[in-house]
Amino acid sequence: MAELTADRVERLKDADVFIYHGKIYIPASYTAGAVGSRFLIEMRDNKKIMGTRCVACDLVYVPARSVCKHCFAQLDKWVEVSDRGTLQTYTVAGQANGVQPVDPPIIYGVVLLDGASTGLVHMISGVDFEKLAVGMRVKAVFAEKRVGSILDIKYFAPL
Amino acid sequence: MGNRVAIVGIGQTYHKSARKDVNQQEMVGEAVRAALADAQMKAKDVEAVFTSNMETFEGLFLPDHLMADEIAAYMKPGLKVATGGTSGASVVEEGFHFVASGLFDTALVIGFEKQDTGDTTAAITAAVTPVWGKGVATGAIGEFAKQALTYMERSGAKEEHAAMVRLKADKGACRNPYAHLKLGLKSIKEVLDSGYLVWPLRLLDFCPQSCGACALILASESRAKKITKKPVWIADVVTVHQEPFRAGSFGDPTGTEEYSQDIAAERLYKRNGITNPMKDICMAEIYEPSNWEEMSHYEHYHFCEKGEGWKLVEKGITEMEGAFPVNPSGGVIATNPIGGTPTIRVAEAALQVRGDAGEHQVTRDVHTAVATALGGPNWTVMTLLRRSL
Repeated sequence: MAELTADRVERLKDADVFIYHGKIYIPASYTAGAVGSRFLIEMRDNKKIMGTRCVACDLVYVPARSVCKHCFAQLDKWVEVSDRGTLQTYTVAGQANGVQPVDPPIIYGVVLLDGASTGLVHMISGVDFEKLAVGMRVKAVFAEKRVGSILDIKYFAPL
Repeated sequence: MGNRVAIVGIGQTYHKSARKDVNQQEMVGEAVRAALADAQMKAKDVEAVFTSNMETFEGLFLPDHLMADEIAAYMKPGLKVATGGTSGASVVEEGFHFVASGLFDTALVIGFEKQDTGDTTAAITAAVTPVWGKGVATGAIGEFAKQALTYMERSGAKEEHAAMVRLKADKGACRNPYAHLKLGLKSIKEVLDSGYLVWPLRLLDFCPQSCGACALILASESRAKKITKKPVWIADVVTVHQEPFRAGSFGDPTGTEEYSQDIAAERLYKRNGITNPMKDICMAEIYEPSNWEEMSHYEHYHFCEKGEGWKLVEKGITEMEGAFPVNPSGGVIATNPIGGTPTIRVAEAALQVRGDAGEHQVTRDVHTAVATALGGPNWTVMTLLRRSL
């Protein structure tokens, strides 16, 4: 088998090889859903970060979820959590990439907001890299013009 | 043969062109909860969860990962299947194999598609070989238009026959609370007056794009008998693959080569002692993207001789009250959430076996039913259901 493969590679070196250059374009418009829509609207209109509580499991999911992963209960009890929280983990991205919302370097962190049971992934800014630490306290900085996006929180800044 | 496997829970969503009120996960959750309610089971009673979806259709990668909570899959084993149009039948087959193997006693299988999200035709054209397929592939409608022309030429069927199939489908859909298109068609003229999409396919000759999901709960023999008084047994599943996707054609559009439907039917019938499908089987839910395809499939599934599919239509044999009802649910031409479409075929056939299809329950007693699926490069999946084994 190895010889066969080697033979094929040798032959291909001398052959004309065609490459098809293509681009797949698939437009998509995603519905945020019943729970996701309310989460975004509260953030846009009231600068509130909302979660849903599972009473049986004593958990508050942030961002809000429709179902408790543990007990399959449908969650309809909405709670506002604090805009302040604790940095659980982080990383710093230095390489530019087309899908990033801002120019690098970007600090990505997981923030456990006060009152929430699950961490929220977002960006951390306004802090010296040397001072970054797991356990540091941070606070949401909201965008002035909010459109109904997770980026209505511009970033989390140190308290 | 493995252990016996039964369908013990059936659930589906209502179907619409757009579901802006829910996201994909929430929509799929509706079918899962309906199936659990039907089986009177709790999420924790499901041991494994299998899903099927055509993920590029929604522009989402790994959509099953976004819905582990909604489909009761958290910390459970499971897989996602994508085999093209047949996905929703392949996922039933997969659950069947796992339960038959004895590895699990219960499995939840789910097919879904939310077609208000992406661009189905764009995604289908990405399935052809870039070497000689790009630029000449037309998406599903063009492909089935070729099949329709071939059928017309080969069998002598007229447009009126295709319109009669459409009328039959609409009659069923109007009685099916979960169907998508309920047009209330009164005459074949209404079908024949609809404009051409791609000649010879008219607007009313082809299936819609639907948002929806269908979930089934499968159980081993010992568990099935504890869960329900009306288990529907999966007697057998046959899958036949054809060949790589040719540019813009499902298998052989000329009708001169071998069809995977013929091979699948021969295999299924031989393995299960079916010598006269029209007598030994009571009804069928078949995957017909177009009304023309339905007539052609009657022949390939050996419901009649070659070239005579349209005669079954003319005689009303495949009507809800007929001797061999086909697609009393309204079929794919009325409801088409692609990843869920074949799962619905199995679900609807199972409802007929149970006698629980309500307004669209067929007149004759159904002790044996067959559900089919079509997709990709003319793949075929056939699922045989029985009231008793």
